[in-house]
Amino acid sequence: MSIVLENEVDAAAARAAAVARPSIWVRLLRHPSVVIGGCIVLVMMLIGLCAPFLGTIPPAQIDPTTRNKKPGVEITVRQDDGSTVQRTVLMGTDSLGRDIYSRVLYGARVSLIVGFTVAAISIAVGVLIGLLSGYIRWLDGIVMRIMDGLMAIPGILLAIGLVSLFRAGLGTVIFAIVVPEIPRVVRLVRSVVLTIREEPYVEAAISVGTPLHKILWRHVMPNTVAPVIVQGTFICASAVLAEAALSFLGIGIPTDTPTWGNIMAEGRQFFRVYPHNIFFPAIFLTLTVLAVNMLGDGLRDTLDPKMSKRV
Amino acid sequence: MAVTTNRPILDVHNLSIALPKGSDRPFAAEKVNFSVGSGEIVCLVGESGSGKSVIAQAVMGLLPKSLPVKGGEIRLEGEEIANASEERLRDLRCVRMAMIFQEPMTALNPVMTCGDQIDEVLRTHTKLEAQQRKDKIIRVFERVSMPDPPRIYGSYPHQLSGGQRQRVMIAMALVLEPALLIADEPTTALDVTTQAQILELIKDIQREKGMGVLFITHDFGVVCDIAHRVVVLRLGELVEAGPTRDLLLRPRHPYSRMLISSVPSMLPAERVRHDGAPTVLRTEKLTKIYGGGGMFQKAHAVRAADDVNITVRQGESLGIVGESGSGKSTVARCIARLIDPTEGKVRLGDDDVALLPQRLLRRHRRRIQIVFQDPYRSLNPRRTVGESIVEGPMNFGASQAEANQRARTLMETVRLDPDALDRYPHQFSGGQRQRICIARALAMEPEVLIADEAVSALDVSVQAQVLKLLDEIRERMNLAMLFITHDLRVAAQVCDEVAVMEKGKVVEYGPVADVFLRPKHAYTQALLAAAPGRDWEFGKFEAA
Repeated sequence: MSIVLENEVDAAAARAAAVARPSIWVRLLRHPSVVIGGCIVLVMMLIGLCAPFLGTIPPAQIDPTTRNKKPGVEITVRQDDGSTVQRTVLMGTDSLGRDIYSRVLYGARVSLIVGFTVAAISIAVGVLIGLLSGYIRWLDGIVMRIMDGLMAIPGILLAIGLVSLFRAGLGTVIFAIVVPEIPRVVRLVRSVVLTIREEPYVEAAISVGTPLHKILWRHVMPNTVAPVIVQGTFICASAVLAEAALSFLGIGIPTDTPTWGNIMAEGRQFFRVYPHNIFFPAIFLTLTVLAVNMLGDGLRDTLDPKMSKRV
Repeated sequence: MAVTTNRPILDVHNLSIALPKGSDRPFAAEKVNFSVGSGEIVCLVGESGSGKSVIAQAVMGLLPKSLPVKGGEIRLEGEEIANASEERLRDLRCVRMAMIFQEPMTALNPVMTCGDQIDEVLRTHTKLEAQQRKDKIIRVFERVSMPDPPRIYGSYPHQLSGGQRQRVMIAMALVLEPALLIADEPTTALDVTTQAQILELIKDIQREKGMGVLFITHDFGVVCDIAHRVVVLRLGELVEAGPTRDLLLRPRHPYSRMLISSVPSMLPAERVRHDGAPTVLRTEKLTKIYGGGGMFQKAHAVRAADDVNITVRQGESLGIVGESGSGKSTVARCIARLIDPTEGKVRLGDDDVALLPQRLLRRHRRRIQIVFQDPYRSLNPRRTVGESIVEGPMNFGASQAEANQRARTLMETVRLDPDALDRYPHQFSGGQRQRICIARALAMEPEVLIADEAVSALDVSVQAQVLKLLDEIRERMNLAMLFITHDLRVAAQVCDEVAVMEKGKVVEYGPVADVFLRPKHAYTQALLAAAPGRDWEFGKFEAA
C-alpha cells in the first residue's frame, strides 16, 4: 500500500531527474572547434602515415645539382638506375638539394609521435602521482615540493639539460619534454582529488571498508578524466612546439630524420634568400598546434563545463 | 490579527511561467492567482519544484531568460509589471518592492562594507547628501536591532554572523520603505534560535510599517508562526489558499492534508524501552580538537567535540541534536572513524576502535555504517546503484552472486524495485537515493547505523517516509541507531534518548520525553522555545 503512495510522491522528482541530455558523443560532434580541430589533426595523422605514397622521395636524399630551388620549379632527378625523371618541387629544395615537400610530410610523423607520446606518458605518470599525492596527506608535502622545484626551472632549459646528458634521439627528446610537463598534470589531478576526497560517496566507500587502491581507481580517478583529457591536448600542442624548438636549437633529433623543427633550423641561414625553407614547415607546425588547441578548447567546453566558465 | 486588506499591494492573476523545452513539465507556474494586501503576510508553501521561488522572481522581474512569463498579470499597487521595461523595474525595486534571499552570504558583496552596500541603494534611488544617507542607514540598522550600528556600517559581510548578515539584508530591503517585501526562504540557512529572532523582526517591522509581505517557505512551523494567509503550491499549480488557521485546521485538498500531516510532532512519541538490551556503542571522553597550530600559525585549537560520553543499546535510537557548529557531526564522524578522534574511547561491544590504526580498523568498519545528508552527493554518479550496494559486501569476501542477491532483497526492504539496481543515481529522486544509501549501509549488516542529518535535505512528505522506513528497519533488525539532526521535531519522533550538544559539549542527555517536556539546561530550553510552530499540533484536523 505504502509503496504506491511513496512512489507517487517521489514520481515528479524522479521524472525531473530522468530528463536526458544528449550523449557525450553527440555533444562533441556538435561543437564546431572539436569538429574542425579534430579534422585537421586527423588529416595531419593521415599525411604522416601515408607520406611514402604522396609523391615523395626519400627525405634524406641529397642531390647537389638541385640545391636551393624555389617552390614550383621543375627539376630533373637522376635515379639510381641512371634514368632521369622530371619532377616539380612543390616546396622547393634546401641547401643540400633535399626535397622540402618530402621532408615536411615525413616530419609530420615525428611531430605527431612526440606530441601524442609526451601527452600519454605525462598524463599516465602525472595522474598516478597526483592521485597518491592528493589522497595520502603525508605524501602530499614531499611530492608537491618536488613538483614545485621542477616547475621553477623553465621547461625548455630543463629539456636542454636532459638532452645534453643523453644521446640525442627521439626517446631522449620525448623524455626531456615529459619531465617538465608532469608537474602540471600532478597539480591538476591533485586539485581534483582534494575536492573529490571530501565527497560523501568517497566517505561511504571508506566506511564500507573499500581498500585504498579501489577507492582511488573507482571513485576518485574517474572524476579526473575530463580535465586530464583536456590538459592532454594542451600538452600535446606544447610538446609539438617544444620538439620543434629543441630541433631548431640543434639539440633535438638529428637531421637525417626530418622534423619540422630541424627543417626550419637548417633553413635559418638562408632565410632572407630562400624563405620557403622555413615557411612551409612553419605553416604545418602552426596549423597542427592550432588544431590541437582548438580540439582541447572544444573538449573542455563539452567535458568540463565548469572550467570553461571559469576561463 | 488585525488585517487591513482594502486594496491589494500585490495581485497575481492567472500567472503562467514556461519551463524550457525538454523539462518534465511545460510550466514552472501555471495560472496562479493570489494577492497580498497591505499589512498582510502571505506564505507561499510548497515542496522543492513547486515553483514558489520562480513566482517570487517573476514579481521582482528577476526571471532568467529561459523562464519567460507566458500569460497573466502581476500588479504592484495597481501597476502591471509582468511586462514592464527593465528601467521601470529598476525604479520599482527597493523603492516599492524589495527582496531578501535565503543565503545572506552570497547575496551580499564580500568586498564592500555593509554600509557601502546600502549606501549604493540610496545613491541610486534618492538625492540625499552623504551625511543624511549615513544617518538613515544607521537608523535602519537600529531598527533591525543590530548591536553597535556604526561598527556594522563599516564591517564586511564575513565579519558578521549569519543572523547579522540576514539583518543587513533586511535593512537594505527596508531602507526605502517599500510597500512589498518578498522573503525567499530567509531563515532556512539559519539556526533555529536565530530563525526565531529574524521571524520576530520581520513580523514586527511589517506590523509597524503596514507592508505587504510575500514569504516563501517549505516549513509549516514557520508558516504557523508568521503567516496571515497561506497559498499551497504543487508542481507549479495552486492547490489551495486560505487564512492560516483555517488551512492548517481544515485543509480541503488531499495534497495539503498530506503535506501538513507529514510535519513531525514536537510531542515525543511513545516508545518501547530498551533498558535490558546489551550496550552496542559507548563513547568515553570522546574529544576531537581541530587546529593546534602549524609551523607558522599561532596555536588556535577548536574543541569540536569535548568529553562526549554517550551509550546506545541494541534496538535503541539516540538522537544528537544541536545547532550548526555544536559538534554533533564531529561526534558521528569520530565514531564512524571518518576522522580520527584526538582522545577518548569508542567502544563497539568490547573493542575500542577510537585510536586503532587503519589496517586494524578495517575489520570493524563493517559494524558501523553511516547515511549522509546530501542524497545527491552520497552516491558515486558514475556507478550503478547496484555496484554501490554490493561494493561493501564484496570488500569483505562475498561473491558477486551472493552480493547481488542481498542487494535485491535490500532494495525490497527499502521499498524500491529490485530491477532498478542497474540504473544510475541520476535516474532517482532525492528520497529514492536516500533509500539506496540506507540499503548500502544495511548491506554490511552493521550493528550501529548512523544517520547524519539523513532526512534534512528531503521534502517534508518524503522525509516522513524515510523516517518511517528507518524506524521500521531499526526495530526489525534490532539496530542501534545514532540520529544526528538539527530538527527537534525529527528527534522527537524517532529517538528514544537524546543528547543536546552546544559548542562541542553534551549539555543535556536523557530520555526524549524528559528532555523535551522538562528541559533542565538553559540551552535546551532556548532551543525548544525557538522551534517554529512549537505550539501547533500539525495533522490534527477538524472536520470541514
